[in-house]
Amino acid sequence: MAAGTAVDALTMTSANEPAVDDFARVVESHRPQIFRFLLAATRDIDLAETLTQECFLKAHRNWSGFRGDSSPMTWLMRIAINLQRDHWRNRRLQFWRQATTNSVDLDEASDWLPNGERTAEQHLLAKEKVKQVWRIVEKLSGRQKAIFLLRFVEEMDLSEIAIATGLSEGTVKAHLSRALGRVRAELGEKR
Amino acid sequence: MNEVNNLERNAAKTAAQKVAQDELDPAMKQALGDFKASVHAWGDAAMGRPRTVTHAVVHHAWRLAVVWAMGAVLLLGGISGGVYVRHRDEVAKQIALKQQQEQQQQLAQQREQQEEKLLANVDSDISRQVPEAMEPLAQLMNEYETQ
Repeated sequence: MAAGTAVDALTMTSANEPAVDDFARVVESHRPQIFRFLLAATRDIDLAETLTQECFLKAHRNWSGFRGDSSPMTWLMRIAINLQRDHWRNRRLQFWRQATTNSVDLDEASDWLPNGERTAEQHLLAKEKVKQVWRIVEKLSGRQKAIFLLRFVEEMDLSEIAIATGLSEGTVKAHLSRALGRVRAELGEKR
Repeated sequence: MNEVNNLERNAAKTAAQKVAQDELDPAMKQALGDFKASVHAWGDAAMGRPRTVTHAVVHHAWRLAVVWAMGAVLLLGGISGGVYVRHRDEVAKQIALKQQQEQQQQLAQQREQQEEKLLANVDSDISRQVPEAMEPLAQLMNEYETQ
């Protein structure tokens, strides 16, 4: 995992518990990643912000119970994944409440590709590919989508993904392989 | 000690990432890299955007209408069902009462007829039982009645 290493070595108290003061640092360092994951998973900026807030609120409430068995990022990601899952579950049950979603469409989501040193044509082609990846990601199951995003957007390793999702490493591997196979197949078809 | 563990963990992580990345063909790697870059850029932009509080316009008028309509149908159904059951019970009661009255009337009529018959028989029996000496007078009375 590229991000989150800054607070990996948290100040530990004698009881092997992170100091409460460190929570502010954790929020500061991990908020962008949690928000980004939720944004990619929901494609809804407002919802991602709300769930990020809820995630840190929940983390703050349980901060004293965090023993540092996993990294704070993995722990936070687990909370975020659970919140996102619960949100969709509740939404399915409350189907009569609201029909509209604030999800950004795939064109807009793929518009954010940085230009880099590419020509305009290369940039356009790359954007088209990104849109295809988005389309495929949208078709993945909730679990596969989360694992795919954690692996290829947040660059978490398999053991961390396993902890964050509450699955075994083997199951994570299987889901990732299936998701990747699907992306490969569909990208290959359209190439 | 913690630093050594972190270094080891990072090294293992990098190795694992390298293996995973090597499994992908260059085009796929490029596409996934672009996807990641795009999500990161979008995330950064969304994080830094100015926040405005707006009143959320929820377009669920038709859903509300459907809910109200269903509620109204259920309410009306309940009320009309209750009224129908009550009306049916009343009609059944009235019919039963009418039938009872008719039966009572019939019984009364039958009883009346039987009583009349009985009285007629008694009259004729009594009227016929006269002493022999008064027989001519009784015959005269009969004749007078028939006339």
